[in-house]
Amino acid sequence: MDIQGFAIQGFVAVVIGIIAFAVLAPVVGCLLAGVDRVLSARMQGRVGPPLLQPYYDVRKLFEKEGVTVNGVQDAYVICALIFAIIAGGIFFSGGNLLMCVFVITLSSLFFIIAAYSSRSPYAELGAARETLQVMSYEPMVLLFSVAFYMATAALLPFGGWGTFDVSAVFALDAPVIVCIWPVFLGLMFILTIKLRKSPFDLSMSHHAHQEIVRGMTTEMSGSTLGLVEILHWCENVLFLGWIGLFFVWGGPVTLIVGVVAALAAYFLEILIDNNFARVKWQFMLKSAWAVALVAGGINLAVLAFL
Amino acid sequence: MAYSGKSPWVIHYDGSSCNGCDIEVLATLCPGFDGERFGVVNTGNPKHADIFLVTGSVNEQNIDVVRQIYDQMVEPKVVVACGICACSGGIFHDCYNVIGGVDQAIPVDVYAPGCAVRPETLIDAIVAGVAVLDEKAEKLKSEKKGRA
Repeated sequence: MDIQGFAIQGFVAVVIGIIAFAVLAPVVGCLLAGVDRVLSARMQGRVGPPLLQPYYDVRKLFEKEGVTVNGVQDAYVICALIFAIIAGGIFFSGGNLLMCVFVITLSSLFFIIAAYSSRSPYAELGAARETLQVMSYEPMVLLFSVAFYMATAALLPFGGWGTFDVSAVFALDAPVIVCIWPVFLGLMFILTIKLRKSPFDLSMSHHAHQEIVRGMTTEMSGSTLGLVEILHWCENVLFLGWIGLFFVWGGPVTLIVGVVAALAAYFLEILIDNNFARVKWQFMLKSAWAVALVAGGINLAVLAFL
Repeated sequence: MAYSGKSPWVIHYDGSSCNGCDIEVLATLCPGFDGERFGVVNTGNPKHADIFLVTGSVNEQNIDVVRQIYDQMVEPKVVVACGICACSGGIFHDCYNVIGGVDQAIPVDVYAPGCAVRPETLIDAIVAGVAVLDEKAEKLKSEKKGRA
């Protein structure tokens, strides 16, 4: 097949991936959110809500009366959701990891602009903090995609050249974690920020009685808030996919290993969420950059020079 | 079917109560009584809330605040007056600055008496409020259909 043929094939795969992700990710993400709520309750010695509580919440939000401070906020939220779905589709169809990282960042930016557009002081404060969160985790996320490239260069049987293509993991002799486990640890650290878990839930916490009311979503209500919830479900599925990526190699059977690893990471995040109080943004920024520099930097240096 | 009743998010405002009822409201949401079994979440943001829990009576100082929070809530919404002061003014009813129960400021759907109101009463009141919430959601839905 010529190059054009490959390009068309890749494009079709991404489109199918996006459609599949748009249908499946909200379902999986909703169940994960439900598991989160139940597990958190059990960790606190409570019975907790039904497993499908996040679904009921969103259905209720769509039943609410439509009230919005300005229409453009809804447009931004919809854009954020669309780009999150595109990023997920690129990743799960085996597409380019670097592109996936950029598109999901675009989604975060749209969400930040949505919060700023309301002009509410609480939402603006939340948006400013979210910007700091993006600043904190983005270096590690970029180093993760670069490390993935270098790991495939080291592990692919035909040697020499690496690739950003996620689908390349099926051709590996060993999972990429054997080469880039420090990067994996670094990614686990910033995963807490990305999943909006305590101690890094600065921009919007799921718990009431805090100083910024509800942070970024202060001015979002009804169906807009419902879309934000769905956005988070999709994001969570994608981020857990990144974790799973470290553990897949050889053939599709090893996907089970990836799923198990991702679920274990999710459980760990819930445990951390329930055991740590929120930190100040200064600590978040410094620690996230220190982790990126140490874990990511040393790992890349070793891969490049040894 | 209406999903409003399956996910009653509450917001709590302390009017001029002695704090007895506030402590009981928070106790209701704590692990011992676990309001989240019914999907109850304490929001802290009127725009996200479905049920407005008011403790204490309404006075000249707070009547505007109570009305403001109520107005910011999105339909369908329910108001629960928690404690006897919120229901009727309680022992403060003849104070010079007290106007009366919460129903002097905004429409109240459920009255939960008690001094202080017990968490069991509160859970009962919220569950009763949930029925009203479902009713209002259905009404809103049929109105929407009528308009379309």
